[in-house]
Amino acid sequence: MTAPGPSSVVEPLPERQVALIDLLDRLLSGGVVLTGDVVLSIADIDLVRISLRALIVSISAQNPSPWAEATPSRGDHGG
Amino acid sequence: MGTSHATAVGKDVPAMSDLVTYVYAVARNADALAEPTAALKGVADAPVHLVAGTHDDALVFVASHVPAQDFQEDALKRHLEDLDWLEAVARAHHGVIEAVATRTTVLPMRLATVYLDDNRARDVLDGGRALFSERLARLAEHVEWGVKIYVEPSVTPDAPGPTPTADLTPGRAYLRHRRQQQSVRDSVYRAAQQAAERVEAAGRKHAADHARHRVQQGVLAGGAGENVVNDAYLVPRDRCEEFRAEVTHAADGVQGVRVEVTGPWAPYSFAMPPAGSSDAEEGACP
Repeated sequence: MTAPGPSSVVEPLPERQVALIDLLDRLLSGGVVLTGDVVLSIADIDLVRISLRALIVSISAQNPSPWAEATPSRGDHGG
Repeated sequence: MGTSHATAVGKDVPAMSDLVTYVYAVARNADALAEPTAALKGVADAPVHLVAGTHDDALVFVASHVPAQDFQEDALKRHLEDLDWLEAVARAHHGVIEAVATRTTVLPMRLATVYLDDNRARDVLDGGRALFSERLARLAEHVEWGVKIYVEPSVTPDAPGPTPTADLTPGRAYLRHRRQQQSVRDSVYRAAQQAAERVEAAGRKHAADHARHRVQQGVLAGGAGENVVNDAYLVPRDRCEEFRAEVTHAADGVQGVRVEVTGPWAPYSFAMPPAGSSDAEEGACP
């Protein structure tokens, strides 16, 4: 079961808890971009990507949700 | 086979129409992946399965079914505001890719790549066969390492406090103090630049490719200091030790600069060649 990696200093992959921001860097700007059916037939992948990125850097008390103008009813999680 | 999957999707199976196919990665099926992947749980805790191409099963999509209502446009927009939901999906996505990556080379998909059903996914896999094979061959026996450089001017010990000397007016004392602070900042950034050059030199020596991510800031960037470099390197497995050692020590003896290495990652940042350039990863700086 142990990975046959030569680098024994490195912990086995699945047990590492990676920082969400490092993960999202990779999942949102890396990876193969293919046109999907369900989401992307409507929302372009770049739109999804940019929106996610905007979300990660900007949601806070000072910087409200980037969806504010699109979805006026954003009081649904009280913040 | 001429199935009419493009038009009537699961019309005759109402239960299935609630599910769509979420794709995590492309992998070579050489190592008999089916059994180990069947034990994995993906997004929404659904079991993971493989979708093979029409012509052969040399390449497979690693996929699972997700509830359609969560991945339609409106729902997705709502969900993306919900950091808990986003994190759950991201970690599930990553978990599947990591698990498969321990067995074979994977070509990760971007988050939330969804098809109406397995047949549609199969069509896409068929269509991309040449590209996928080429990328997988290039990524075989390579892993990705993340390298981040932070500057922390405040930890520099030789930053002198405001020395209230008697012969200076408060205004002059303040200005002198500000100037000293500024020069400490400048020297820390110069030191960070040197560390970055050492990291890049290690990359040129050991890495096959290099990608640049945006520097991290905002609510999720919890670490101390200011992130000034957030790069990824594609490193052959047998060079990882050297690369890691050199990069980790790039800021040795430098006050106020910290290097953080993350990994090994599946080659997320190198799944596709950089947009615009064919193979030249260097010299194309804007």
